[in-house]
Amino acid sequence: MVANLLANYEEAFAIVLFGIGFTMLLFQRNLFKKLIGLNIMDTGTFLFLASMGYIRGRKAPIVVDGVTDPKAYINPVPAGLVLTGIVVSVSVTAIMLALTVRLYRRYHTLQLDEIYEMSKHLTEDR
Amino acid sequence: MNKSRFLSWLYGETDVMEDILELDETSDESREQLKREKRRLRRELLRSGRAKKVIGAETKGFYALYHVVAVVSCIMLIGVLLFAVANLPRYGEENPETTEMVARYVEKGVEETGADNIVAGMILDYRAFDTLGESHVLFTALICVTILLRLDRKNMRKTYEDYYAIRGERFHDISREAIMRNVAAVLVPCIFVFGIYVLLNGQNGPGGGFSGGAVMGAAMIIFSAAFGFDKADRVFSKRLGAWVTFAALSFYSAAKGYVFFTGANHLENHIPKGTPGAILSGGLILPLDIAVGMVVAFTMYGFYNLFMRGK
Repeated sequence: MVANLLANYEEAFAIVLFGIGFTMLLFQRNLFKKLIGLNIMDTGTFLFLASMGYIRGRKAPIVVDGVTDPKAYINPVPAGLVLTGIVVSVSVTAIMLALTVRLYRRYHTLQLDEIYEMSKHLTEDR
Repeated sequence: MNKSRFLSWLYGETDVMEDILELDETSDESREQLKREKRRLRRELLRSGRAKKVIGAETKGFYALYHVVAVVSCIMLIGVLLFAVANLPRYGEENPETTEMVARYVEKGVEETGADNIVAGMILDYRAFDTLGESHVLFTALICVTILLRLDRKNMRKTYEDYYAIRGERFHDISREAIMRNVAAVLVPCIFVFGIYVLLNGQNGPGGGFSGGAVMGAAMIIFSAAFGFDKADRVFSKRLGAWVTFAALSFYSAAKGYVFFTGANHLENHIPKGTPGAILSGGLILPLDIAVGMVVAFTMYGFYNLFMRGK
């Protein structure tokens, strides 16, 4: 298994990045750090997709001089998928940053458990 | 504690925005009471150090369990995924299962879509419905951020500039810097031209709507940061952004809807494909690229504006 992992080193590194992001999501209490973790997870996914489409010794899928032999180019499908992923990642990051700004304006803190505690007290008193 | 001001703010120990950025969401009579209560809670939390102590013993068991479950699930997730990676086909080698469909794209792509860039032909012709959804995701994100961050007299007591006035600090307006202004005067046109080049060459080479739009959005953001919001509003007003985004999205929807309705035959009777490699080639791909680029550019600029000043 270790030899296989070393052969697939790029995918393995993508999985490690994904795991780092997931661990940050679970263990960080700070909303900004959770967001950074989510972005690292996104990056791991993009790296995985891009390395799945790569074929050694071939060129980017842009037709030059009318060569339309499939053996000359790498796989173009993962490139399109990564494009979709990047756009969705940007949108999600923007929305989560906006929600963080709103939470900060209301509770003046970024720590999730403090926000939780304060919101509990505030709703009880109303 | 020798942390810098920014770090201590990030860790939630000090609050530089105390009583400055409040939202007035409640009615007048309950507002004062709510504010007093919030201040009391905040003091209590700060006095007792971190919130961990406030939450105290009753949730201690929960946090211990949470940590155990989180560690186990992280290790299991990474282990399972690494095991899957070890059983994948070798990196950098062709495996026929995944390249079967690609052969068709590469062999017929230039002929059918008129675009030299196979990825552009794929995402804007074969799979254009996907890209239409993507542009709408961006637009929806812009609407959500607008709902969350838009400020007017109703929900904002003080603005960011008032914060500096209250603190007695000098407001560092970056648009008054001569270096910034002069550099931007040289750079912004160059970045804009590069963005348009990337946008228009999407069907012939690397580039396309998303990357070109992002470069143009960056140029707009630099312009706005260097010359101030007043001048930027005169060129790229909010109304212009809304109309351009609306026009681009409705053009994309109408064009692609027509193509789907008439049996997905690429509108070939109306827009000629041209010679692959020229700027005016690829049939519908170039107009769709421009529409996507406009949406991306104005969305990026809108994000910047909303986060900077809430408009």
